[in-house]
Amino acid sequence: MSDIKKFMYVNRKAPYGTIYAWESLEVVLIGAAFEQEVSMAFVDDGVYQILKGQDTTEIGVKNFSPTYSALGDYDVNKIYVEKESLEERGLTVDDLLDLKYEDEDDDWAEKDSIKVVTSKELAEILEQQEVVLSF
Amino acid sequence: MKFGIQVNEGPYTHEASVSALNFVKAALEAGHEIFRVFFYHDGVNNGTRYTTPPQDDINIVNAWSELAEKHNIDLVVCVAAAQRRGIVDEGEQERNGKDGNNIAPGFRISGLGQLIEAGIQSERLVVFGD
Repeated sequence: MSDIKKFMYVNRKAPYGTIYAWESLEVVLIGAAFEQEVSMAFVDDGVYQILKGQDTTEIGVKNFSPTYSALGDYDVNKIYVEKESLEERGLTVDDLLDLKYEDEDDDWAEKDSIKVVTSKELAEILEQQEVVLSF
Repeated sequence: MKFGIQVNEGPYTHEASVSALNFVKAALEAGHEIFRVFFYHDGVNNGTRYTTPPQDDINIVNAWSELAEKHNIDLVVCVAAAQRRGIVDEGEQERNGKDGNNIAPGFRISGLGQLIEAGIQSERLVVFGD
Protein backbone atom coordinates (compact mmCIF):
# COMPACT_ATOMS: atom_id res chain seq x y z
CA MET A 1 0.00 0.00 0.00
CA SER A 2 2.07 2.88 -1.23
CA ASP A 3 -0.83 5.28 -1.82
CA ILE A 4 -0.94 8.16 0.61
CA LYS A 5 -4.35 9.63 1.19
CA LYS A 6 -5.63 12.58 3.14
CA PHE A 7 -7.45 11.18 6.17
CA MET A 8 -9.47 13.38 8.47
CA TYR A 9 -11.02 12.28 11.73
CA VAL A 10 -13.96 14.47 12.67
CA ASN A 11 -14.77 14.39 16.38
CA ARG A 12 -18.20 15.75 17.21
CA LYS A 13 -19.16 14.24 20.55
CA ALA A 14 -18.40 14.91 24.21
CA PRO A 15 -15.58 12.78 25.65
CA TYR A 16 -17.69 11.01 28.27
CA GLY A 17 -21.27 9.78 28.22
CA THR A 18 -20.60 7.67 25.14
CA ILE A 19 -17.55 5.77 23.95
CA TYR A 20 -17.27 7.45 20.54
CA ALA A 21 -14.47 9.85 21.48
CA TRP A 22 -12.26 7.22 23.06
CA GLU A 23 -12.75 4.65 20.32
CA SER A 24 -12.15 7.36 17.74
CA LEU A 25 -8.81 8.18 19.33
CA GLU A 26 -7.93 4.47 19.16
CA VAL A 27 -8.52 4.56 15.39
CA VAL A 28 -6.28 7.61 15.04
CA LEU A 29 -3.45 5.97 16.99
CA ILE A 30 -3.67 2.67 15.08
CA GLY A 31 -4.11 4.53 11.80
CA ALA A 32 -0.89 6.48 12.37
CA ALA A 33 1.09 3.32 11.59
CA PHE A 34 -0.21 3.48 8.02
CA GLU A 35 1.68 6.71 7.33
CA GLN A 36 -1.18 8.55 5.69
CA GLU A 37 -1.62 12.31 5.69
CA VAL A 38 -3.69 12.64 8.84
CA SER A 39 -5.59 15.54 10.35
CA MET A 40 -8.24 15.82 13.04
CA ALA A 41 -11.14 18.18 13.51
CA PHE A 42 -12.98 18.95 16.72
CA VAL A 43 -16.45 20.43 16.33
CA ASP A 44 -19.66 20.74 18.36
CA ASP A 45 -19.33 18.99 21.76
CA GLY A 46 -16.22 17.32 20.33
CA VAL A 47 -14.22 20.37 21.48
CA TYR A 48 -14.71 19.15 25.07
CA GLN A 49 -12.53 16.14 24.21
CA ILE A 50 -9.39 18.27 24.26
CA LEU A 51 -10.32 20.43 27.22
CA LYS A 52 -7.58 21.01 29.82
CA GLY A 53 -7.91 19.70 33.36
CA GLN A 54 -10.32 16.84 32.83
CA ASP A 55 -11.08 14.90 36.01
CA THR A 56 -13.26 11.80 35.80
CA THR A 57 -12.78 10.46 39.33
CA GLU A 58 -16.36 11.26 40.32
CA ILE A 59 -17.92 9.42 37.36
CA GLY A 60 -15.73 6.33 37.61
CA VAL A 61 -14.54 6.13 34.02
CA LYS A 62 -11.04 6.38 32.59
CA ASN A 63 -9.76 9.89 31.90
CA PHE A 64 -8.16 9.33 28.51
CA SER A 65 -7.37 12.99 27.80
CA PRO A 66 -3.60 12.58 28.48
CA THR A 67 -3.50 10.32 25.41
CA TYR A 68 -4.13 13.31 23.11
CA SER A 69 -0.70 14.64 24.11
CA ALA A 70 0.87 11.62 22.39
CA LEU A 71 -0.60 12.56 19.01
CA GLY A 72 2.41 14.73 18.13
CA ASP A 73 4.71 11.70 18.54
CA TYR A 74 2.48 9.83 16.10
CA ASP A 75 2.92 12.58 13.49
CA VAL A 76 -0.67 13.69 13.97
CA ASN A 77 -0.08 17.41 14.17
CA LYS A 78 -2.83 19.02 12.12
CA ILE A 79 -5.57 19.49 14.66
CA TYR A 80 -8.36 21.85 13.66
CA VAL A 81 -10.80 23.20 16.22
CA GLU A 82 -13.89 25.00 15.01
CA LYS A 83 -14.02 28.56 16.30
CA GLU A 84 -17.83 28.71 16.44
CA SER A 85 -18.02 25.53 18.51
CA LEU A 86 -15.60 27.01 21.07
CA GLU A 87 -17.48 30.31 21.22
CA GLU A 88 -20.89 28.67 21.60
CA ARG A 89 -19.52 26.90 24.67
CA GLY A 90 -17.77 29.91 26.16
CA LEU A 91 -14.34 28.42 25.50
CA THR A 92 -11.13 29.77 24.02
CA VAL A 93 -8.00 28.05 22.79
CA ASP A 94 -6.48 28.68 26.25
CA ASP A 95 -8.98 26.20 27.71
CA LEU A 96 -7.63 23.45 25.47
CA LEU A 97 -4.78 21.01 25.98
CA ASP A 98 -1.41 22.36 24.91
CA LEU A 99 -0.84 19.92 22.04
CA LYS A 100 2.61 20.21 20.48
CA TYR A 101 4.75 18.46 17.91
CA GLU A 102 8.36 18.64 16.83
CA ASP A 103 8.74 19.84 13.25
CA GLU A 104 11.38 17.66 11.58
CA ASP A 105 11.57 20.10 8.65
CA ASP A 106 12.41 22.97 11.01
CA ASP A 107 15.24 21.58 13.16
CA TRP A 108 12.72 19.80 15.39
CA ALA A 109 11.30 23.07 16.66
CA GLU A 110 8.33 22.57 18.98
CA LYS A 111 5.13 23.87 17.43
CA ASP A 112 1.44 24.02 18.25
CA SER A 113 -0.67 21.28 16.70
CA ILE A 114 -3.96 23.05 17.35
CA LYS A 115 -5.28 25.55 14.87
CA VAL A 116 -8.57 27.32 15.48
CA VAL A 117 -10.49 27.72 12.22
CA THR A 118 -13.89 29.11 11.29
CA SER A 119 -16.59 26.75 10.08
CA LYS A 120 -16.09 28.17 6.59
CA GLU A 121 -12.36 27.41 6.70
CA LEU A 122 -13.06 23.95 8.11
CA ALA A 123 -15.48 23.29 5.26
CA GLU A 124 -12.70 24.11 2.81
CA ILE A 125 -10.27 21.80 4.64
CA LEU A 126 -12.88 19.02 4.63
CA GLU A 127 -13.37 19.53 0.91
CA GLN A 128 -9.69 18.65 0.35
CA GLN A 129 -9.88 15.33 2.22
CA GLU A 130 -10.05 11.94 0.57
CA VAL A 131 -11.20 9.89 3.55
CA VAL A 132 -13.36 11.43 6.26
CA LEU A 133 -14.13 9.35 9.35
CA SER A 134 -16.70 10.99 11.56
CA PHE A 135 -17.22 10.04 15.17
CA MET B 1 -16.93 2.56 -7.92
CA LYS B 2 -15.25 0.76 -5.05
CA PHE B 3 -16.85 1.50 -1.68
CA GLY B 4 -15.68 0.93 1.86
CA ILE B 5 -18.40 0.91 4.50
CA GLN B 6 -18.15 1.66 8.21
CA VAL B 7 -21.06 0.75 10.51
CA ASN B 8 -20.91 2.44 13.91
CA GLU B 9 -24.19 1.35 15.49
CA GLY B 10 -25.75 -1.91 16.59
CA PRO B 11 -28.87 -3.38 15.01
CA TYR B 12 -32.44 -2.41 16.04
CA THR B 13 -31.63 0.43 18.47
CA HIS B 14 -30.32 2.48 15.61
CA GLU B 15 -31.21 2.53 11.92
CA ALA B 16 -27.57 2.87 10.82
CA SER B 17 -26.97 -0.82 10.18
CA VAL B 18 -30.15 -1.29 8.12
CA SER B 19 -29.30 1.86 6.17
CA ALA B 20 -25.83 0.45 5.52
CA LEU B 21 -27.35 -2.87 4.48
CA ASN B 22 -29.70 -1.12 2.04
CA PHE B 23 -26.85 1.01 0.72
CA VAL B 24 -24.66 -2.04 0.11
CA LYS B 25 -27.50 -3.86 -1.68
CA ALA B 26 -28.26 -0.84 -3.87
CA ALA B 27 -24.58 -0.31 -4.64
CA LEU B 28 -24.15 -3.94 -5.71
CA GLU B 29 -27.30 -3.81 -7.82
CA ALA B 30 -25.93 -0.72 -9.56
CA GLY B 31 -22.75 -2.62 -10.39
CA HIS B 32 -20.47 -1.10 -7.76
CA GLU B 33 -17.94 -3.00 -5.69
CA ILE B 34 -17.86 -3.26 -1.90
CA PHE B 35 -14.26 -3.54 -0.73
CA ARG B 36 -15.20 -4.22 2.88
CA VAL B 37 -17.77 -3.52 5.58
CA PHE B 38 -16.13 -2.62 8.87
CA PHE B 39 -18.15 -2.80 12.09
CA TYR B 40 -17.05 -0.48 14.88
CA HIS B 41 -18.38 0.84 18.22
CA ASP B 42 -21.73 -0.93 18.95
CA GLY B 43 -21.75 -1.85 15.26
CA VAL B 44 -19.93 -5.04 16.28
CA ASN B 45 -23.30 -6.27 17.62
CA ASN B 46 -24.34 -6.82 14.00
CA GLY B 47 -22.02 -9.81 14.04
CA THR B 48 -23.50 -12.14 16.69
CA ARG B 49 -25.42 -15.16 15.46
CA TYR B 50 -27.30 -15.29 18.80
CA THR B 51 -29.51 -12.43 17.62
CA THR B 52 -33.11 -13.72 17.67
CA PRO B 53 -35.63 -11.01 16.80
CA PRO B 54 -39.40 -11.74 16.73
CA GLN B 55 -40.42 -13.61 13.58
CA ASP B 56 -42.25 -10.65 12.06
CA ASP B 57 -39.14 -8.49 12.37
CA ILE B 58 -36.16 -8.41 10.00
CA ASN B 59 -33.17 -10.50 11.14
CA ILE B 60 -30.45 -7.96 10.42
CA VAL B 61 -27.59 -10.30 11.33
CA ASN B 62 -28.85 -12.99 8.95
CA ALA B 63 -29.33 -10.34 6.26
CA TRP B 64 -25.64 -9.40 6.54
CA SER B 65 -24.58 -13.07 6.53
CA GLU B 66 -26.70 -13.83 3.45
CA LEU B 67 -25.37 -10.78 1.66
CA ALA B 68 -21.80 -11.79 2.47
CA GLU B 69 -22.34 -15.30 1.17
CA LYS B 70 -24.16 -14.25 -1.99
CA HIS B 71 -21.74 -11.50 -3.01
CA ASN B 72 -18.58 -12.62 -1.23
CA ILE B 73 -18.37 -9.45 0.86
CA ASP B 74 -15.73 -9.03 3.55
CA LEU B 75 -17.51 -8.30 6.85
CA VAL B 76 -14.98 -7.30 9.50
CA VAL B 77 -15.72 -6.78 13.18
CA CYS B 78 -13.18 -4.66 15.08
CA VAL B 79 -11.40 -6.84 17.63
CA ALA B 80 -10.97 -4.18 20.32
CA ALA B 81 -14.61 -3.08 20.07
CA ALA B 82 -15.71 -6.74 19.95
CA GLN B 83 -13.78 -7.67 23.08
CA ARG B 84 -15.47 -4.88 25.01
CA ARG B 85 -18.90 -6.04 23.87
CA GLY B 86 -18.57 -9.82 23.99
CA ILE B 87 -18.42 -10.67 20.30
CA VAL B 88 -16.21 -13.75 20.07
CA ASP B 89 -14.96 -16.05 17.31
CA GLU B 90 -13.11 -19.34 17.79
CA GLY B 91 -9.70 -17.68 17.92
CA GLU B 92 -10.81 -15.10 20.48
CA GLN B 93 -12.56 -17.82 22.47
CA GLU B 94 -9.30 -19.73 22.76
CA ARG B 95 -7.11 -16.68 23.39
CA ASN B 96 -9.34 -15.29 26.12
CA GLY B 97 -10.45 -18.60 27.64
CA LYS B 98 -14.16 -18.12 26.94
CA ASP B 99 -16.66 -21.00 27.05
CA GLY B 100 -18.10 -20.33 23.62
CA ASN B 101 -18.25 -18.02 20.65
CA ASN B 102 -21.01 -16.16 18.88
CA ILE B 103 -19.66 -14.77 15.62
CA ALA B 104 -22.19 -14.98 12.79
CA PRO B 105 -21.42 -16.66 9.44
CA GLY B 106 -19.64 -14.42 6.97
CA PHE B 107 -18.15 -12.16 9.67
CA ARG B 108 -14.54 -12.19 10.82
CA ILE B 109 -12.82 -10.41 13.69
CA SER B 110 -9.75 -8.33 12.90
CA GLY B 111 -7.94 -5.12 13.78
CA LEU B 112 -8.57 -1.44 13.15
CA GLY B 113 -5.96 -1.55 10.41
CA GLN B 114 -8.66 -3.13 8.29
CA LEU B 115 -10.68 0.09 8.53
CA ILE B 116 -7.71 2.24 7.53
CA GLU B 117 -6.97 -0.15 4.66
CA ALA B 118 -10.60 0.17 3.54
CA GLY B 119 -10.09 3.95 3.50
CA ILE B 120 -6.96 3.62 1.42
CA GLN B 121 -8.20 0.99 -1.03
CA SER B 122 -11.75 2.27 -1.58
CA GLU B 123 -12.65 5.21 -3.73
CA ARG B 124 -15.23 6.27 -1.13
CA LEU B 125 -15.51 5.39 2.54
CA VAL B 126 -19.09 5.78 3.71
CA VAL B 127 -19.75 5.97 7.45
CA PHE B 128 -23.13 4.95 8.89
CA GLY B 129 -23.97 6.15 12.40
CA ASP B 130 -24.93 9.22 14.38
